[in-house]
Amino acid sequence: MLNRKSIAVGATLMLLALFPLAGSGFYIELVAKVMILAIFALSLDLLVGYTGLVSFGHAAYYGIGAYTLGLMAPKYEAANFWLTLPAAMLAAGIAAFAVGVFVVRVKGVYFIMVTLAFAQMFYFLFHDTKFGRGSDGISMNFKPIASIGGFTPFDLSNATHVYYCVLVLLVAVFLFLSMVLRSPFGRALQGIKSNEHRMRSLGFPIYRYKLASFTLAGALAGLAGYLSALQFGFVNPELLSWHQSGNVLLMLILGGVGSLYGAVVGAFAFVALTEIFQALTRHWQLLLGGAIILLVIFLPGGLASVANRFRRTLIGDADDA
Amino acid sequence: MDIYSFLIQLLNGVQYGLLLFLVASGLTLIFGIMGIINLAHGSFYMVGAYMAFTLSSLTGNLFVAIVVGVVLSVLLGIVLEWALISHLYKRDHLEQVLLTYGLILVFEELRSLIVGNDVHGVAVPAILGGSIPLTATLSYPVYRLFMSAVCLALAGLLYLLIHRTRVGMMIRAGASNREMVSALGLNITLVYRLVFALGVALAAFAGMIAAPVSSVYPGMGTQVLIICFVVVVIGGIGSIWGALFASLLIGLADTFGKVLVPEAAGVTVYLLMAAILLWRPEGLFRRAG
Amino acid sequence: MNAVAIGIEHGRLHAVLGPNGAGKTTLINLLSGDLDASSGSVIYKGEDITRRAADRRSRLGIGRSYQKTNIFPAFTAFENCRLAAQSRMPRALHLIADAVAFRPVVELADGALEAAGLARRGGRVAAALSHGEQRQLEIAMVLATQPEVLLLDEPLAGMGAEEAALMVELLRKLAPRHAILLVEHDMDAVFAVADTITVMVNGQILESGPPAQIRASAAVRDAYLGTDFTGAVA
Repeated sequence: MLNRKSIAVGATLMLLALFPLAGSGFYIELVAKVMILAIFALSLDLLVGYTGLVSFGHAAYYGIGAYTLGLMAPKYEAANFWLTLPAAMLAAGIAAFAVGVFVVRVKGVYFIMVTLAFAQMFYFLFHDTKFGRGSDGISMNFKPIASIGGFTPFDLSNATHVYYCVLVLLVAVFLFLSMVLRSPFGRALQGIKSNEHRMRSLGFPIYRYKLASFTLAGALAGLAGYLSALQFGFVNPELLSWHQSGNVLLMLILGGVGSLYGAVVGAFAFVALTEIFQALTRHWQLLLGGAIILLVIFLPGGLASVANRFRRTLIGDADDA
Repeated sequence: MDIYSFLIQLLNGVQYGLLLFLVASGLTLIFGIMGIINLAHGSFYMVGAYMAFTLSSLTGNLFVAIVVGVVLSVLLGIVLEWALISHLYKRDHLEQVLLTYGLILVFEELRSLIVGNDVHGVAVPAILGGSIPLTATLSYPVYRLFMSAVCLALAGLLYLLIHRTRVGMMIRAGASNREMVSALGLNITLVYRLVFALGVALAAFAGMIAAPVSSVYPGMGTQVLIICFVVVVIGGIGSIWGALFASLLIGLADTFGKVLVPEAAGVTVYLLMAAILLWRPEGLFRRAG
Repeated sequence: MNAVAIGIEHGRLHAVLGPNGAGKTTLINLLSGDLDASSGSVIYKGEDITRRAADRRSRLGIGRSYQKTNIFPAFTAFENCRLAAQSRMPRALHLIADAVAFRPVVELADGALEAAGLARRGGRVAAALSHGEQRQLEIAMVLATQPEVLLLDEPLAGMGAEEAALMVELLRKLAPRHAILLVEHDMDAVFAVADTITVMVNGQILESGPPAQIRASAAVRDAYLGTDFTGAVA
C-alpha cells in the first residue's frame, strides 16, 4: 500500500497535524476554517460526485447546523459540545430528509432548481422571521464547553484545540465516507450515478437510496456548519445563501468531482483563491466569477485532472477513494 | 377584503404573473432549445432594470431607454453566447451551473462597480401615468395594465414565432436534433446565438418595464431567478401553456399571500411548490424531456 | 400496440419475431415496467402488476436484458454482476462493511459470470470488453438477480457466429428453469430454442404457435420471412 498516493496523503496529514506548532494564530484559524469547508465539500461530494445529484442548495443544511448551535447556546453560559454537535447534525439531517422527500423524485435540471428554491426558503426563514433572529444573525457569548461527566478533554476557546478537533473530525468524516462508498449502500449510490435506469431495472428502489444519500449529506453538512459556528462565535443567514451553495460546488469542481481527496483539495484551493482575490481588490467577486468561468471552460476536471491523466475505475482500484 | 380590493390584488397578481412569464419564457427557451441551464438569467433581468434607470436618466424618456436597452441586450446575448455559452453545449449540468454562477458574480460586481449598490426609482412615463378609477376612493394604475398588455402581446408573438414561422420551425428542430439540423444546412450556430440573444432580451425587457413598479435594486436578479425556477418546475419546460399557467398561479399566490399573511411573505410560493411536488413530481404539465 | 395477448410459462421459451417497428421492444417494455400501459393488464402468477414500477417487478422475479447494451461502463464486469446480485440483498442500508465481504452476493456474481461465459473476464472494466462480451455481461447481470422470468431483448444483437452459438447454448440451458420471453432477429437461434413463436407486425400479432406451424405459415412468410425462406434449423 506504500505507493505515491499514500505517501502524499501521509505527508499531508503529518503537515496538518504539526502545523499549529509552526503557524501563528491567524493561520491556525485559517487552516481550521479550510478544514471545516473540506468537511462541507466532502458532504456534497457524496451527493454530487457519487450519487450524481447536483444540488444547488446544500448550504441550507450547513446553515441549519450552524444555527442549531446559535439557537441552543444559552445567553449566560456555555453550551455543551457533546450535546449540541449531535443536535446540529440531527437538525440538519431532519431538514435534509424533509426536503429530500419532495425533491428526490425530481429529475435532472429541475432537481438543481428545486434544491436552490428550498435553500432560499430556509434562507428567508432565518433572515425574515423572529425564529431566526433576523438578518443580523446570532452572536454567541461563549464557546461551547466539551465537558462530559465533569471531565473536559479539550478547551474550545483555545484556537489550537479547535484546530485539532476539526482535524480529527475531518479525518473521521473522510474515513467514514470511504467506508460508506465501499459498502453495499455506497456501491448502489455509485451505480445510480453511473446508470440509474439500469439500477431501477435491476430492482433497486432508487428513491430510497437517493433520499438516504441526500439526508446523510445534509447531516454531514450540518456538522461542518456547526464547527463553523463554533469557530466564529456567530451565525448569520448568509451561511445559507446561494453564494455558499455555489461556492461549495466550486470547491468540488476545483478539486475534481467524484473524488474524496478532490473535495479536500478543492476546499484548500477555493480558500486560497478567495484569499488571493480579496487581497487584490474590493471587487474580488469579479475575479472569482472570472476564475470560475475560465475554470469551467478550460479545466472542468479540476486540479485532479491535472494530476491524473488516466481514466480511473471507481471500483477495482483498491487505493482510490 | 372587499370586492374592489380583491380586484386590485387580482390585477396585481396577474400583472406579476405575466411579468414572470416573460422572464420564465426566456429561461425556458434557452433550456428547452439549447439544453443550457442559465443561472445568470436573473442577472439579465437586473441588467435590464439598471439599463432602464441609467438610460432614462440620460435621455429623460423611458420608451427610448427601453428601445436602446433591448438593442443592447441583444448585443450582449450575442457576445455572451459566442464567447462563453457555446462552450457549454456538450457539458453536463454541473458545469453549466457553475459557469453561469460565475457569470452572476461577474454581473453583480460589474454593476456594483459601474452603477453602485443603491436602490433607484424609475419614473413612469407621463403618458401612462394615470389611473383608472374603480370606486370613489380606489383606482388602478394605467402603467400596470400597460405592463400586463405588453407581456401578453409578447407571449402571443413568441407563440407565433415558435409555432408558425419557419424560423420557429428551425428553432424547434434544433431542439430535437442538432446534428441533423446542421446536416440540413441550417446554421445551428446562428440559430442558437439568436435564441440566446432572444432569451437575454426577454429577461432584460421584463426588467426594464418592471423598473417603475418594482424599483431597481441589487438583489432583484436573484429574486426573480428563483421564482422563475419555481415557475419552470411547476409548469415544465416545453409547454408555453404550462409556463403561463404556472406564472399566473405563482403571481396570484405570491400577491394574495403577501396581503393575507404578511409574516409569511416570501414563503407562500415555496409552500405551493412543495405541495405540487408532493402531488406530481413531474410538474403539472408534460415535459419535453 | 393493439390487442396483443401473450403468455409465458415456466420451463418454456416463448420467442417473438417481427420486422423492425413491429412492437417487440415495446412489448418487453410493457412487461418489464419500462413503459406504462395505457390499457390492458400484466398478470404475474395470478397477480395484476400493471401499476407496479419497474424496480418492484424486478424484485418480484422478472428480469430483463436490453437490446442496446445497458451496463455500468466504468465498473468491472464482476462489479456489474455483483451490483446486480446485491439488488436481492434483504436489507438495503448496509453502510459499514465492504461490499465484497458479503459472500453470498459475490458467489452469485461469480456464478452469473460463469454461466454467461465470462468466468475469466471479471476483472476487466466493462467498457473495455468486446461487443460480444458486453452482450454476455448484459445477460450475466440479469442472471445475477436470480429471476424466475427472463425478458430478453435481442441478446444476440451484433454477435459473431461463435458467440451466438454460445448464447444459444446458454438459452437452452436456462429454458427449463425459467420462463423466457425472447425477442430476436436471428432466425436460426429462435427456431433452435423456442417452444412457441409469436410473430408480430405493426403492433399486432400475426400468428402464434409452435415453430413448425410458424415455419409452414404462408401469412408469416409473406409478411416477414420472404418466400425463399427454408426454415432450416441449426
